[in-house]
Amino acid sequence: MEVRVPVTEIVDRFLAGDRRALARIISRVENETPEGRDYLRDIFPHSGKAHIIGVTGGAGAGKSTLTGALASEYRNRGKTVGIVAVDPSSPFTQGAILGDRIRMQSLALDPGVFVRSMASRGALGGLAPSIADVVAVMDSFGFDYVIIETVGAGQDEVEIAGTALTTLLVNNPGTGDDIQAMKAGIIEIADVLIVNKADHPGADILVSQLQALLALAPAGSRRPPILKTIAMKPEGLEKVADAIDDHRRWLDESGELEKHRMSNARHQVVAAARAILLQRIQRNTSAEELDELVRQVAGRTLDPHTAAEALADSVRG
Amino acid sequence: MAAAPKSSEKKIRVLIAKPGLDGHDRGAKVVARALRDGGCEVIYTGIRQTPEMIAEAALQEDVDVVGLSILSGAHLELFPRVVDELKKRGIGTDDVLLFCGGIIPEEDSKALNTLGFKAVFRPGTNTQDIVKFVYEHAAS
Ligand SMILES: Nc1nc2c(ncn2[C@@H]2O[C@H](COP(=O)(O)OP(=O)(O)O)[C@@H](O)[C@H]2O)c(=O)[nH]1
Ligand SMILES: [Mg+2]
Repeated sequence: MEVRVPVTEIVDRFLAGDRRALARIISRVENETPEGRDYLRDIFPHSGKAHIIGVTGGAGAGKSTLTGALASEYRNRGKTVGIVAVDPSSPFTQGAILGDRIRMQSLALDPGVFVRSMASRGALGGLAPSIADVVAVMDSFGFDYVIIETVGAGQDEVEIAGTALTTLLVNNPGTGDDIQAMKAGIIEIADVLIVNKADHPGADILVSQLQALLALAPAGSRRPPILKTIAMKPEGLEKVADAIDDHRRWLDESGELEKHRMSNARHQVVAAARAILLQRIQRNTSAEELDELVRQVAGRTLDPHTAAEALADSVRG
Repeated sequence: MAAAPKSSEKKIRVLIAKPGLDGHDRGAKVVARALRDGGCEVIYTGIRQTPEMIAEAALQEDVDVVGLSILSGAHLELFPRVVDELKKRGIGTDDVLLFCGGIIPEEDSKALNTLGFKAVFRPGTNTQDIVKFVYEHAAS
């Protein structure tokens, strides 16, 4: 491979472990600026070493608290942790309140931990495509583990499972969420099932419900372990960390890791291509041209697909 | 193509923090919500933040703006320490827009301005004025 000189000194500082450089590069990458793309190009070859963990589940399930407690457990084991905590953007104003740090206070000054809050920014829910890029930046920085926290809203879980190597699904007793999860098929993306708030009544019932549900899984598929935690205390995190390590070992030994990397890379390439095309269309189309097409579609004189073809043709022209 | 949502548009990132020991954060939350409704991404860290924690959060979150809320009267003691901790991390008062709010006597404004705080908001301020201030002054 050709040895390339990093584009700027900020990449040098990043590679030397400068946390401010890390923070600034994340911003450029998150905002999908041309600089951000240059940085990512130079940094990306350093990624692929961290174990990437997804933490998902309903709002208030204790994902942030659990993420913080899990990071503390890794710190006790001498490992470093990068955290990407995603909260939804308001669909109306595109603003967001990102409050996950509140639950991670004990890590606030730990030099082996870096917490970055992100708004989902997706126009229609779902994850911003740049989340995978931000995770790659954290990974390249050299953290042993990168944890992504997202609010489960259906589609997000599936996307997070693409980026994460091990996905934790956080459930609570007595909320009926288990039934919800089953309906949505979300449980299928879980590598480790967590029953958090095990200090609340009904934890054991939820565990047996989840067990019954897993018994329906096709024979030969890997059964995710079900673990009780009290993240607030914290209690039960050693077992969670062990289960994650077990899952990683299984990924390595079964050949699933390689498959996962291939499918994730494919997804990222296609998503990036889609984003580039959309940008080109936006560059080549004026607001008036779009408005005109929209008027025709609304007036039923043109169908949406032909209108979209016209937009796509602008790229060729 | 102005009508399409631009997910890549640069958002103003604001850290709202409460230094010191006062345990009441209604005002800070009101400001955080107003900024969210104004389209900012607001990182809210909760109560009882030390100057080190605030500066470290500002660094990790790479915010454009830091807003400090205080009711305890310890601003002249705590705010200079926040500015120091930011500087220690390579974040000068030119890199980040600083403002503060809460119970702060009129006569302390000058000292806070000298320290780098571009505005001091007192109880009764219209939150829209804070949003406007952030959009006008945030270096983005
Ligand atoms: N009783 C109890 N409360 C918890 C536990 N873990 C988290 N919580 C509380 O649940 C609330 C939501 O937690 P948070 O981590 O913010 O949830 P998130 O929205 O899923 O990130 C907070 O008030 C936490 O203190 C737990 O194990 N037991
Ligand atoms: Mg959370």
